[in-house]
Amino acid sequence: MADLSYNFAGIKSPNPFWLASAPPTDKEYNVVRAFEAGWGGVVWKTLGEDPPVVNVSSRYGAVQLNGQRMMGFSNIELITDRPLDVNLQEIARVKKNWPDRAVVVSLMVPCEEEPWRKILKKVEDTGADGVELNFGCPHGMSERGMGSAVGQVPEYVEMVTRWCKEHSDMPVIVKLTPNITDIRTAARAAVRGGADAVSLINTINSIVSVDLDQMAPTPIVDGKGAHAGYCGPAVKPIALNMVAEIARDPECKGIPVSGIGGIANWRDGAEFMALGCGTVQVCTAAMHYGFRIVDDMITGLSNWMDEKGYKSIDDFRSMAVPNVANWNELNMNYDIKALINQDLCIKCGLCHIACEDTSHQAITTARVDGARRYEVIDKECVGCNLCMLACPVDDCITMVEVDNGKPYMNWNQDPRNPFSTAAE
Amino acid sequence: MSDIAAGRLSGEELAENFADIHPPLDARTAHIEASRCYFCYDAPCMEACPTGIDIPSFIRKIATGNVRGSAIDILEENIMGGACARVCPTEVLCEGACVRTAQEGKPVTIGALQRFATDDMMARGEQPFERADATGRKVAIIGAGPAGLAAAHRLAQLGHECEVFEALPKSGGLNEYGIADYKVVDDFAQKEVRFILGIGGITVQNGKALGRDIQLGDLRNRYDAVFIGGGLGAVQALGLEGERIEGVFNAVDYIADLRQTKDKGTLAIGRRVVVIGGGSTAIDIAVKSKRLGAEDVTIVYRRGAEAMSATAKEQEFAQVNGVKIKHWMRPAAILSDGGAVSGIEFEYTKQGADGKLTGTGEKARLAADMVFKAIGQVFVPDPVSGTAAQLELKNGRIAVDDSYATSLEGVYAGGDCIDGNIGLTVAAVQDGKLAAHAINDYLAKK
Repeated sequence: MADLSYNFAGIKSPNPFWLASAPPTDKEYNVVRAFEAGWGGVVWKTLGEDPPVVNVSSRYGAVQLNGQRMMGFSNIELITDRPLDVNLQEIARVKKNWPDRAVVVSLMVPCEEEPWRKILKKVEDTGADGVELNFGCPHGMSERGMGSAVGQVPEYVEMVTRWCKEHSDMPVIVKLTPNITDIRTAARAAVRGGADAVSLINTINSIVSVDLDQMAPTPIVDGKGAHAGYCGPAVKPIALNMVAEIARDPECKGIPVSGIGGIANWRDGAEFMALGCGTVQVCTAAMHYGFRIVDDMITGLSNWMDEKGYKSIDDFRSMAVPNVANWNELNMNYDIKALINQDLCIKCGLCHIACEDTSHQAITTARVDGARRYEVIDKECVGCNLCMLACPVDDCITMVEVDNGKPYMNWNQDPRNPFSTAAE
Repeated sequence: MSDIAAGRLSGEELAENFADIHPPLDARTAHIEASRCYFCYDAPCMEACPTGIDIPSFIRKIATGNVRGSAIDILEENIMGGACARVCPTEVLCEGACVRTAQEGKPVTIGALQRFATDDMMARGEQPFERADATGRKVAIIGAGPAGLAAAHRLAQLGHECEVFEALPKSGGLNEYGIADYKVVDDFAQKEVRFILGIGGITVQNGKALGRDIQLGDLRNRYDAVFIGGGLGAVQALGLEGERIEGVFNAVDYIADLRQTKDKGTLAIGRRVVVIGGGSTAIDIAVKSKRLGAEDVTIVYRRGAEAMSATAKEQEFAQVNGVKIKHWMRPAAILSDGGAVSGIEFEYTKQGADGKLTGTGEKARLAADMVFKAIGQVFVPDPVSGTAAQLELKNGRIAVDDSYATSLEGVYAGGDCIDGNIGLTVAAVQDGKLAAHAINDYLAKK
């Protein structure tokens, strides 16, 4: 059996599946239930200074897709609204009772050294395994000069990270906001500040929907709504890209990454790990289905690793990173054509109409003995994949490589590129 | 003695047995089901619909919450979209052609979605179609069934006035008198008639039968055009001695009575029932017998299951209702006891190499308290041929050309009474709709 345990920047956990800092980790009761269900660790919902914040009623919104609930999820909830001491006592008790699990504490205090020094000391006293600096929340706290208001300014990220490393021996994870043009600038700042790890992504600024009767963005609080933090399955592609950007950036120096963003099952987790993550954090899926989803995450990842012959997470972690390239490194001579398996075709015509209306007019429609038949015109097919993606039948349309005998040639070498070395 | 009795089941049991067999989809279920539609290009379902409804379009509109637009997509091709959603054998039409049937054996439930959209429109109490400017032309329509009402609605929409003559006291045709109760609950047929008439410009005279109260020649003189949608008038006879003895019924007559009887507990049904036939009517009467409390119900059909005109789904429906289906047997004699039927003697049959059915000579008897004949209906031409001998028939029904014109100028026909009609509500509606356009073209040139 594969070994799922992981040592993430000095924080040990029996498996790489952590609950992200969010409502599911707001108090002892929830966290104990999560540990009982098998989660490897938690990042406790963000602590701040007393007096605690006050939350509004009506906090979450969602994107539903074809009956599937919560494809995307949003919230306008702030950090913990419970007194600091209550949280600290519970954290200490949980860590004592669950010594093998990772207990990381998320923090957010004003951008001054003293508040950070004070709260770090208190967290250290709980016996927690590390801290995560919440530089990500895009709503509510950012208007108070915290959360993403810090994360969007690399100099602040570096400064606060440095304070934390100076005033604490605990591993420091910097949680990054995606609401920024280039994620690498914030990640590099964290590295410069001495961070032990980064975690990403925090939620994305969003309005998930507009209620056309009330004419207000959702979630609606007494007729009005505010921009909200977006997460859930819909944001996973954005998160994967940002994780990959950090993983392949030399200036980030291979800093450990904890992946966050739409992870709902073991496969999602494995994808983040393939792009360099040592642990992954989950929130929306747990808020949708409860903590028991971790069982599939653990057994699914373990079974897949066994099949592939990976003994530990580091055996496959980062394996996809070298294959994340810049566009101008791609092979211009690579040539694929769509191939329709006529035996599997169910005659829906979607390949034809997608290609005909929106692409390259490379799929013909005809009736053969009364039956619909769709065929690819190889000469017109540019190998874009659209028909394969639109086709509702698995493996009915495949993209087949044409052996054109041509060698690898990227755009920099391509004579069609006016600036290529070959054109000179 | 034969055991035929009313009130075999309690009122509660009967209410349950004659309740809606396919309860409507709620909004969320409809949305999810609609999302299963692939929105095919050149969709096979659309081609399989006799009325050519743009099925992918109406389903997509359900998925997006544009339910009114969805209903209009349906109703502009098929004004009886509500009835058809309930009674069409979708398994051999749209749903049979659905690409998901090919892919996974589970079609999008197009019929249920069509009902969702059309129910929504009828609940609005709105007539979504407007009439064109009045043309001053008047068209007589014979029969207020699916063909006649579809023709009337489209003609009214095109600006003509319509006068509909219906022999029976209620309009709706077989939707009112023939379709199983549990497919059209809550007086749906009458609600749909009111919806159709809601467009205006249509008057209906019930109790007016062609040949008895009205004459074709007279109608031709008084109206600018005539449409005949009178359905079939009589029932095929078995050709056996004793067909008219007590306990032997025409299934369609019994079904009509059953539809018009509010308190099903007053209907007498046999303990042992034998149904002869292999079509939808045979299935209907067998299931209804069972649901009225008959103990043993057997359908006897002279060929194999695949030759039955009832679809496989209908046969299965009968079987899960406890009906036994016996194949390769044909009736040889009706047995009686004291003037009432006591059973039927059957002869086993086989199909020869030439496809012809022959008796094997071997016989079997089935005891029966009640026998239903459900071996098809025939067109009774007397009312039309008697009054106007020139109206040509073909294969025993009215002959029409591609534009539904009969051999008499200005007289059009559609529905079950014309040659080539496949005997479905949806086909009758299509006939009526297309005939209306043909009449419109004819009137424009006249």
